Amino acid sequence: MQEVLLSLQHIKKDFGEGEVLSDISLDVHRGEFVTLLGASGCGKTTTLRIISGLETADEGRVLLGGRDMTDLPPEKRPVNTVFQSYALFPHMNVEKNVAYGLRLRGMDKRAIDKRVREMLELVQMSEHAGRMPSQLSGGQRQRIAIARALALEPELLLLDEPLGALDLQLRRQMQVELKRLQKQLGITFIYITHDQEEAVNMSDRIAVMRSGRFEQIGTPEEIYDAPMTRYVAQFIGRSTILTGTVKSVSGDTAVIMDENGSYPVDATRARLVPGKVCELCVRTERMRVSREPVPGFSLPCTVKEARYAGGSVLTYVTMAGGAEAVATGEERMADAAQPGDTVYLCWNPAQAAVIGGASHGA
Amino acid sequence: MAHNGDALRRREKRRSILFTLPMALFAALLVALPLIYVLGTSLVESGQDFSLGATFTLENYRRILRADYLLVFLNSLQLAFFTTVISLLIGYPFAYCMARAGRKWRFILMMLVIIPFWTSALVRIYGWKILLQGNGLINTVLKRLGLIETSIKFLGSYGSVLLAMVYCMISFMILPCHSAVDKMDFTLVEAARDLGAPPWRAFLTVTLPLTTPGILAGCVLVFVPCVGIFYLSDIMGGGLMLIGNLIRDQLLKVRDWNFGSALSMVLVLLTAGIYAVYRKCGGKDLGVF
Repeated sequence: MQEVLLSLQHIKKDFGEGEVLSDISLDVHRGEFVTLLGASGCGKTTTLRIISGLETADEGRVLLGGRDMTDLPPEKRPVNTVFQSYALFPHMNVEKNVAYGLRLRGMDKRAIDKRVREMLELVQMSEHAGRMPSQLSGGQRQRIAIARALALEPELLLLDEPLGALDLQLRRQMQVELKRLQKQLGITFIYITHDQEEAVNMSDRIAVMRSGRFEQIGTPEEIYDAPMTRYVAQFIGRSTILTGTVKSVSGDTAVIMDENGSYPVDATRARLVPGKVCELCVRTERMRVSREPVPGFSLPCTVKEARYAGGSVLTYVTMAGGAEAVATGEERMADAAQPGDTVYLCWNPAQAAVIGGASHGA
Repeated sequence: MAHNGDALRRREKRRSILFTLPMALFAALLVALPLIYVLGTSLVESGQDFSLGATFTLENYRRILRADYLLVFLNSLQLAFFTTVISLLIGYPFAYCMARAGRKWRFILMMLVIIPFWTSALVRIYGWKILLQGNGLINTVLKRLGLIETSIKFLGSYGSVLLAMVYCMISFMILPCHSAVDKMDFTLVEAARDLGAPPWRAFLTVTLPLTTPGILAGCVLVFVPCVGIFYLSDIMGGGLMLIGNLIRDQLLKVRDWNFGSALSMVLVLLTAGIYAVYRKCGGKDLGVF
């Protein structure tokens, strides 16, 4: 895990309509599953294309295993891509698609046949070797695209929203399968998605991108529990973000005050001094509503709506200062607060993150 | 449900007949009838009109099987073949660049292909003739540059005929090739590169096979009319005896309509044969038959 396989150093790219990538750097370790996560247009596909060589960076270097690949054309890089549209060759059957790269390498026919068979077995498509791509379903094409890329034993596999075109059921199934493949083969994956749930489920590390920069790079837990920026906090999961001023600090606890009221914050995870502005991110599933005031918290609000969300009830409230918040609670709608009721927000201070503060471990 | 479906389908069918009827009539009057007349004329004895009293014979067709007539067919096929090959070699790269160019360049190149259609081919060929003649622009320029001493005799050469043919036919190669390249998904080329193919291998293994339908369509669209064209060779002073020349001479000079008709029928069959082979090979419908 410690050896750096891919190193992006100060990559910049401009297509002539403003910077698409503005000075990004990233180290990926051998065997790691790294996800580039971001909304469309954030530069994640461009980053991937620069790694594969299909695009050249204006500035910066791309190193693979310590070797500078910046000026190598795509065919000379030990990197393969699973394209978003799969890009299977429509005039070749499944077998020939998978064999394409192997043939170019001039391998002998027996070795190619053997490798193709192995690959098709790996993705459970052995019975479909003779089919044309047009005769396959989306999920099957997906598998062939993966087999074709993996056949060349790349050091690094790039996947550009590979599950984007599949329905939810199949998507979940393929997530598990891809993760299994990655573990089994020990190949380093760089994965692109705009689906934060997919990113959290599959990755060793997530790099959250926004307008050509990395907002935060970290494990899914770090990203989730200790967002570095407001954008990350809002993009990953559902949460309420409260902005207030530090009123007092005593020991491990600080008290924050804003127009909605006041509440405690775990001061061990961020440097807090009285008078400083502090943004707090409370995950929706950790936010609670109470019918009675809770010691330490002073956040009265009015219930706007209670909605059943499968196993729990989401309560939408308006706080005293006019801000909106969502809390989780009650298993049944019958127990939920009614619109118009006055309730009190609270949470476990240890489970709320000061944005830009350190994570639990640090 | 099934009944409803059947009724619907029958109504659809009736409606589609209504729409095809005028076209069928049009084709019958303007294509089928004259063709039947030509066929009939070719099957009766020399000098007779195609009518009930005429004597049936295959003599007109047998006469074609003479070495010098066959040579005429060969001349035409050869000229058509060379024209097609040259058109492909120039037209495909042109079409490729056009399809891959930016919007502005694509428009300019497309105009270069289309604008010549706005004037008569005859006028444009006379233009070429003026350029190529002994004291024409090309010879003058070459002489001024000191590259040649005396004028080159371009006109009358096989090359000048080919030039005129390619010039007139190349658009029919460019347009289908362009549409094939334009329709192609170039992510596939990227995939090929990603899998280890250098640019030329990616072209040969992906772009070329995927644009073959366009190439085939272009070849048929150029080759077929080329077999019958003769006036370009005449204008350029090629002095070639082509099928077209032969048919014209039989009809207008010798006045042997029956033999001329037989020659025409062979030309029609030849064309139909080429198109049939093309379709057999998986070529797409060109809307001809």
